[in-house]
Amino acid sequence: MIVRRHDRVLVQGITGTQGTFWTEKMQAYGTRIVGGVNPKKAGTVHCGVPVYGSAREAMAAETASGRGFDTSVLFIPPLAVKAAALDAIEAGAKGLCILSEHVPVQDVMYVIAAARANGTRVLGPNTAGQVTPGECFVGFMPAFNPAVFRPGRVGVVSRSGSLGVLVCLNLVQAGLGISAFIGIGGDPVVGTHTAEAVAMLDRFEATDAVVIVGEIGGTMEEAAADTVAAMEKPVAAFIAGAAAPAGKKMGHAGAIVSGGKGTYEAKRRSLEAAGAVVLDTPADIGAAVRSRLA
Amino acid sequence: MNFEEQAAKPLLAAAGIAIPEGRLVTTAEAAAEAARALGPVVIKAQAPTGKRGRSGGVRPSDGPAEARAAAAAILGMEIGGHRIDRLLVERRVEIEKEYYAAVLNDPESRGPLVLFSASGGRDVEAVATTAPDSLRRMPFDIRTGLTPGEACALVGDLVPQSERQAVADLLVKLARVYQDNDAELLEINPLAVTRDGRLVALDCKFVLDDSAVPRRAEQAARGTPDRLTALEARGRDLGLKFIELEGEVGILANGAGLTMTTMDVVGHYGGRPANFMEIGGEAYTKATEALELVLANPRVKSLVVNFCGAFARTEVMTEGVIRAWEALRPEVPAFFSVHGTGDVAARALLRARLGIEPFATMDEACRAAVKAARGAVR
Repeated sequence: MIVRRHDRVLVQGITGTQGTFWTEKMQAYGTRIVGGVNPKKAGTVHCGVPVYGSAREAMAAETASGRGFDTSVLFIPPLAVKAAALDAIEAGAKGLCILSEHVPVQDVMYVIAAARANGTRVLGPNTAGQVTPGECFVGFMPAFNPAVFRPGRVGVVSRSGSLGVLVCLNLVQAGLGISAFIGIGGDPVVGTHTAEAVAMLDRFEATDAVVIVGEIGGTMEEAAADTVAAMEKPVAAFIAGAAAPAGKKMGHAGAIVSGGKGTYEAKRRSLEAAGAVVLDTPADIGAAVRSRLA
Repeated sequence: MNFEEQAAKPLLAAAGIAIPEGRLVTTAEAAAEAARALGPVVIKAQAPTGKRGRSGGVRPSDGPAEARAAAAAILGMEIGGHRIDRLLVERRVEIEKEYYAAVLNDPESRGPLVLFSASGGRDVEAVATTAPDSLRRMPFDIRTGLTPGEACALVGDLVPQSERQAVADLLVKLARVYQDNDAELLEINPLAVTRDGRLVALDCKFVLDDSAVPRRAEQAARGTPDRLTALEARGRDLGLKFIELEGEVGILANGAGLTMTTMDVVGHYGGRPANFMEIGGEAYTKATEALELVLANPRVKSLVVNFCGAFARTEVMTEGVIRAWEALRPEVPAFFSVHGTGDVAARALLRARLGIEPFATMDEACRAAVKAARGAVR
């Protein structure tokens, strides 16, 4: 589920400060925003698109006039995410991008279960979204900054938005460009795992190499090793948290080493055994990818 | 958020899972009094850690005199970093067998997971390693909850036929308590089968999902707050995630991933980070308060400011840093790297207001800060 310029995107929470700011950025970059949702402002027009009372209403109206919507991006407060996401899933969204941090984990699991049953792909929560440079973006990444997102042939998967920016910046500084950036989110339970995002980039013909930006905590990087081992495209990785003490949550709820699980060493070992090059500092990523593409 | 046994067990009791009768006390005299009322008892140190038994914090006692002595010995102990200032005095149960039961969030299956073993008690982890088949696990659909049929299938032949229904019922109740309370983990270990054939939860561990605290305020008030240093507590009050570390290089970066990476790169060049400090999300507007906190740490000998703007705008964060700088006029050398959303404006601000030229890469900024800290330490 790489977001493309023809994808029709709904913005739930479009009228809020951040919803408005980033909707304008997405539109300016080329994202096809077809509507927004705010039950209190249904029937109005915001950012040049109709505002609906629910995602289901949006789907019905957009289907009548065109083709409905494909993906919904949620600028929604954490405790309201479950209801908004279920609304979009019931409406028939193919994809959901949940940006919010601090969504209760059981709400996340409920949304993921409902999404699975309806064939909806969930990205996040606690993600900065995804970018397909030169085409469109969904979420709040600086897609419009050419020093960070110059179009190119390297696909990037990241649990962190800020670190994703740094890695893309380093790739561009090394003379490379980005084919697609997929933010999977910094929470312990997320809808799309590292392995699945890597597999999407492996299938994406515009991508020649893949960079995995991981973190301590959980086992998603270890689980991605099988996917990496089966790939022909070269894979480079950076895992954040080598210097982090055990037992402390490093900001992201998912970034914690506890009970000997989720350690830096285990992730590094798994990815190296699968044939990926794992870098000590993100500054080395550009050169590493270049040499493997040569 | 972690809960002590005494704060977790009432959740089980409310759902109809049996727990021993008990009293929470804070003095040896009250422990003696409780033993007089309850008969043979177990005296248990209250702390949110699993090391209580091994550390001598759990003692059976017969009669008030023994209870008084045991309580006096346990009160004031330090277990897993917690000072013990209260005890749960419980009526002793005649134990026939010990089982293990838990329900928890499972990132792998992206849903809840129920666990059961007929070999519970202190060594459940060791048993799970040596005989992995003895610990059964089953993901279930959070939309329907754990069904009686699923619970029966999970327990299967691990327990005698006569107990199967009761154990399955208990698992269904446990899963409901987990869902009704936004638990991250709810565990009973040991789950005793008594001589008279009842199932009794002898201990209970409950971890509340931190993200659910805003809608579980009443429950959270009974939890054990994180142990924080004075500076960490100041950070929490300001809405900033600040963790004090052992090193000398102060770190201010936006976003958890970038902050961790800044720590790693400082480490890579031979330095030691003095703190974790996240000003991600909406907190990016609090750079002034954040920098004041980083510099309030007396161990800090040099500073790295590393911004990579996405949602967080670097010119807003830089403006905040300059405000703190002008107020504090710190003497520690500072090394900047600024990229991403708003970086051109941010760099211009640094040049004009502080006369500082940021480094082209974060690696250079980190290396320079490590070198400066080393010079200052010697």
